[in-house]
Amino acid sequence: MNKVVAGADEAVKDIPSGATLMLGGFGLCGIPENCIAALVRLGINSLTCISNNAGVDDFGIGLMLQKRQVKKMISSYVGENAEFERQMLTGELEVELVPQGTLATRCMATGYGMPAVYLLAGYGTEVAEGKEVRNFNGKNYILETAFNSDFAIVKAWKGDTSGNLIFRDTARNFNPLMAMAGKITIAEVEELVQPGELDPNFIHVPGIYVQRIFQGENYEKRIEQRTVRKRN
Amino acid sequence: MALNKEQIAKRIARELQDGFYVNLGIGIPTLVANYIPEGVDVVLQSENGLLGMGPFPFEGEEDADLINAGKQTITTVPGSVFFDSAMSFGMIRSGKVDLTVLGAMEVADNGDIANWKIPGKMVKGMGGAMDLVAAAKNIIVAMQHTNPKGESKLLPNCTLPLTGVGCIKKVVTDLGVFDITPDGFCCIEYAPGVTIDEIKAKTAGRLTISPNVKEIAV
Repeated sequence: MNKVVAGADEAVKDIPSGATLMLGGFGLCGIPENCIAALVRLGINSLTCISNNAGVDDFGIGLMLQKRQVKKMISSYVGENAEFERQMLTGELEVELVPQGTLATRCMATGYGMPAVYLLAGYGTEVAEGKEVRNFNGKNYILETAFNSDFAIVKAWKGDTSGNLIFRDTARNFNPLMAMAGKITIAEVEELVQPGELDPNFIHVPGIYVQRIFQGENYEKRIEQRTVRKRN
Repeated sequence: MALNKEQIAKRIARELQDGFYVNLGIGIPTLVANYIPEGVDVVLQSENGLLGMGPFPFEGEEDADLINAGKQTITTVPGSVFFDSAMSFGMIRSGKVDLTVLGAMEVADNGDIANWKIPGKMVKGMGGAMDLVAAAKNIIVAMQHTNPKGESKLLPNCTLPLTGVGCIKKVVTDLGVFDITPDGFCCIEYAPGVTIDEIKAKTAGRLTISPNVKEIAV
């Protein structure tokens, strides 16, 4: 089954304004750089973006914010982005802050076909406001729902033409969860190979979850906090 | 002399036990990794998807795909493993992570914590803090005893929006070490040169002094 599309522009061309998108990555690590650039070129707007972070001013989802393409962000942490802050404070941008583990688990629930899950995080805080609380074994849990995401856009290290994906190091993060959660999932990979070249024992996301795949190009892979030690 | 940040981290490192899986938050908690006692084997968890976090890489060896939850470039130690964010919080939620160390803006004498939001200021988000405090088996807060205005951060009730309720077990500040008990904060150790009177004056929440209170060995 061949799911290969020509490139990022081809992969995202039917995403309409107003769509709900999941975008993989943690900070700038493992973000779908090629697709974000293509979304900026496509010029659609009023998007709801589910992503752990919102990029920085001039990279990642920050590029879409600059073009005012995002109506709402659903994230766990949105610092490091002055344009984001400006749009949030002026009310141009709606923001829903979700605890990181809750965000990940809601993505997981979506991919596993579960409408909702009971989670501990945020009980007794404003995160729980308006949500059903239920006690299990003496502890209070909040009912958190799965997402309804039209498209999931992820970045993998390697993939094959059938859509099977392998991630690298901590660039895995939200990517496999979101890959499983899109009604249509688009995967950009650093290396696209033929079926049979990936060991089936070491595939993180089965291709059944992936509808479109392409080999990305010119990855910048920007580092947000370069921390090093000196030899000796 | 009140403890400096390194000394707070060093004191917390003594809470680490052989075989612990530990999650260290951003700031002072990160420094705890520098003071793991000799002969104590702990595995550091980074909630973006890694067990077995190592030190910062040597110059020129940094890798954009390998970062910690503070988005800093890091390395791995032998035996490390990567996983997705749901599994990462799954192991936290199911009690497999033995100890979490994190910073706070306020801690209440019943173990409530506030560390993510100041009304009127830009809200950056809670990240993984709410998940960690709700679920971790044992949580130690590392923070200054007072805020820059000199007001106590150990309170009868948190004034800022909560991160978690009744979850903190121990607080290590520049002035001392405090267990959270049904009677509020219990001072079990004080920093060298810091008096119990000073601790009493700077603790707004309920405070008892342990009969076995002693000076922190720095």
